[in-house]
Amino acid sequence: MPRTTIDLPYQVEHISILDEDGNLDHDLEPDLSEEFLLRLHRYMLLGRRFDERMLKLQRQGRIGTFAPIQGQEASQLGSVAALRDSDWMAPAFRESAAQLWRGQSMESFLLYYGGYFRGGEIPEGIRNLPVAIPVGTQILHAVGLGYAIKVHGQDDVAMVFFGDGATSEGDFHEAVNNAGVFKTPTIFVCQNNQYAISIPRSHQTQAKTLAQKALAYGVPGIQTDGNDILAVYVAAIEAVERARAGEGPTLIENVTYRLSVHTTADDPTRYRDEEEVAVWEKREPISRFQRYLKDKGMLTDNAITALEDEIKDEIAEAVDKAEERMETLKDEAITMFDHLYAERPAYLEEQRQAFAAHWEKA
Amino acid sequence: MAKMTMVQALNLALHQEMEKDDAILVLGEDVAVDGGVFRVTEGLLEKYGELRVIDTPLAESAIIGTAVGMAIHGLKPVCEIQFSGFSYLAFHQLESHAARMRWRSRGAYHVPLVLRTPYGGGVRALEHHSESRESYYAHTPGLKMVIPSSPRNARALLVSAMRDPDPVVFFEPKSIYRAFREEVPDEEEALPIGSAQVVREGNDLTLISYGAMMQPTLTAADRLAEEDGIQADVIDLLSISPLDEETCVNSVRKTGRVVIVNEAPRSFGPAAEVMARLIEKSFWYLEAPIRRVTGYDVIIPLFAYEQAYLPDAQRILRVARETLDVVS
Ligand SMILES: Cc1ncc(C[n+]2csc(CCOP(=O)(O)OP(=O)(O)O)c2C)c(N)n1
Repeated sequence: MPRTTIDLPYQVEHISILDEDGNLDHDLEPDLSEEFLLRLHRYMLLGRRFDERMLKLQRQGRIGTFAPIQGQEASQLGSVAALRDSDWMAPAFRESAAQLWRGQSMESFLLYYGGYFRGGEIPEGIRNLPVAIPVGTQILHAVGLGYAIKVHGQDDVAMVFFGDGATSEGDFHEAVNNAGVFKTPTIFVCQNNQYAISIPRSHQTQAKTLAQKALAYGVPGIQTDGNDILAVYVAAIEAVERARAGEGPTLIENVTYRLSVHTTADDPTRYRDEEEVAVWEKREPISRFQRYLKDKGMLTDNAITALEDEIKDEIAEAVDKAEERMETLKDEAITMFDHLYAERPAYLEEQRQAFAAHWEKA
Repeated sequence: MAKMTMVQALNLALHQEMEKDDAILVLGEDVAVDGGVFRVTEGLLEKYGELRVIDTPLAESAIIGTAVGMAIHGLKPVCEIQFSGFSYLAFHQLESHAARMRWRSRGAYHVPLVLRTPYGGGVRALEHHSESRESYYAHTPGLKMVIPSSPRNARALLVSAMRDPDPVVFFEPKSIYRAFREEVPDEEEALPIGSAQVVREGNDLTLISYGAMMQPTLTAADRLAEEDGIQADVIDLLSISPLDEETCVNSVRKTGRVVIVNEAPRSFGPAAEVMARLIEKSFWYLEAPIRRVTGYDVIIPLFAYEQAYLPDAQRILRVARETLDVVS
């Protein structure tokens, strides 16, 4: 018998529509309304400015550690823009822009990173899971959400975010495999920002792409220029439409770059050099999208300035509100006994009362 | 002799043992190029090279599972799990294999691995970065569970952990990683695993603790001496498993009164085990009920309220005084 090559069902495509020099592939350009494009732009800018503000607040000791998103705005917003409100979204811990788009308030982020679990409250009617810090663990939840959507006979989808590092965790592989077996309406969005703390993408896996990991599980995988919001959106909407139509999961790898620190506790100069960062600064997603919108006559420099001012005020207001709220929450440490169980068991109530008695004295 | 932080002392232990023993290697996330997120493994890559100092892909189960294989075949892997809150992703490798290989192979194989990981609250960190769940490991037959409380004993215990023929889970109290310095001798020093230390002597009361909680416990002991004229025996457990029952029992037979302090949640925590042993072995010597000061049975809150969760000197003092007030 001769050796034969097995014909695999999928290839890995890479999509780029608007490149770093502003070149546009007109054939691939999605047909999106001006209002929608401007809304995307607004959230990209808001995501960036809010992040910058949080970094300053952290440096001033007004909030604690968090994971900045700078450079990953397109990768996040292009993805969630393909969702509707009834769809589910599961973030990792570096998705603030996506979460803002999905209806979470800036104030809630400030509270959460200010050390108050109240910031984790999910507003009524919003289908976002809370931040998941143990890397990769949330990916499976999106398979379960997708399965439940099927059981309920709905045509919603579940989208989950994670990083390049997360694709090395067992949970990632188990999730993509199960989604393939169960054919769940799950969109796996890998934000390949090139680093897992100090570990570069090249050391994370010998695989050429992360998207191809889906192929082993019989699930389509696609790669995008993750700093090109049009490409990200096109990959996401195609995956969402397939999922809604009952055709199962997709893995999307958005190739992007973490321009800032891993978290505010990290010092990237220990593991990467400035020249590399400079290359990616040029590929950064917001300026290229602004150029696109200007070329289309949808945006002007004046409009950008006005928008920047508006955003600055919104952020300032959110910071004020959050800090006022923190002040009022300061003495409510006793709420640590809440929300552990539907009903508080007797032994825990006893501890709570002992706490109350002692805490007042302290 | 040099004055060192705990991070420096742990780093010294790794450098000196790796120098002496080629079988030791270090693996974990960000341990090589970055030198560990807390810098405990700083400089090891430069000195011992990438074959022995390994930046692994992001997979805890892979770190421990791979280390089990390495250990069976003559290496001594020292694994770093970035935070104890992420060690659960490797739990099955520890429980199902590291802890059982000697037993399952009827002594043919053994697994001399060390799992180093920072634990505990008080550093204003994110969720999963502040917990104290040593019970999971102390509860597992086949594992040893060690928690140092100062730079010098951290160094000496890590040396012993690396020389131990069985798997050792080594929790590092991150809130005191850099909180104070202590003289650490240049020449290597080892402390036996399974031995507690009496760090302060007295006849009136026994205070037992370990890890980061030694700080408030010692403060409480000082205040009892100054404000109440009470002299406490203070025991630093150092090993949670095996537990040095004898040292605890001897002290309580002398004092008749005891308060045990742990940061971990109250139920089924190390303090509960110490209480049980004391009841078994020193019941007739007790002059007051055994008391404990612990974390509450809740998830440790995010940092705005974490100080309210963590036992402090004030709480220890209050409970100690209540214990002393009991008339037997
Ligand atoms: C299970 C687990 N292990 C380790 C960590 C510590 N940690 C936090 S983020 C991170 C790197 C994550 O890299 P990646 O998945 O690429 O996402 P990114 O942070 O780059 O967005 C690590 C190791 C963690 N949070 N969870």
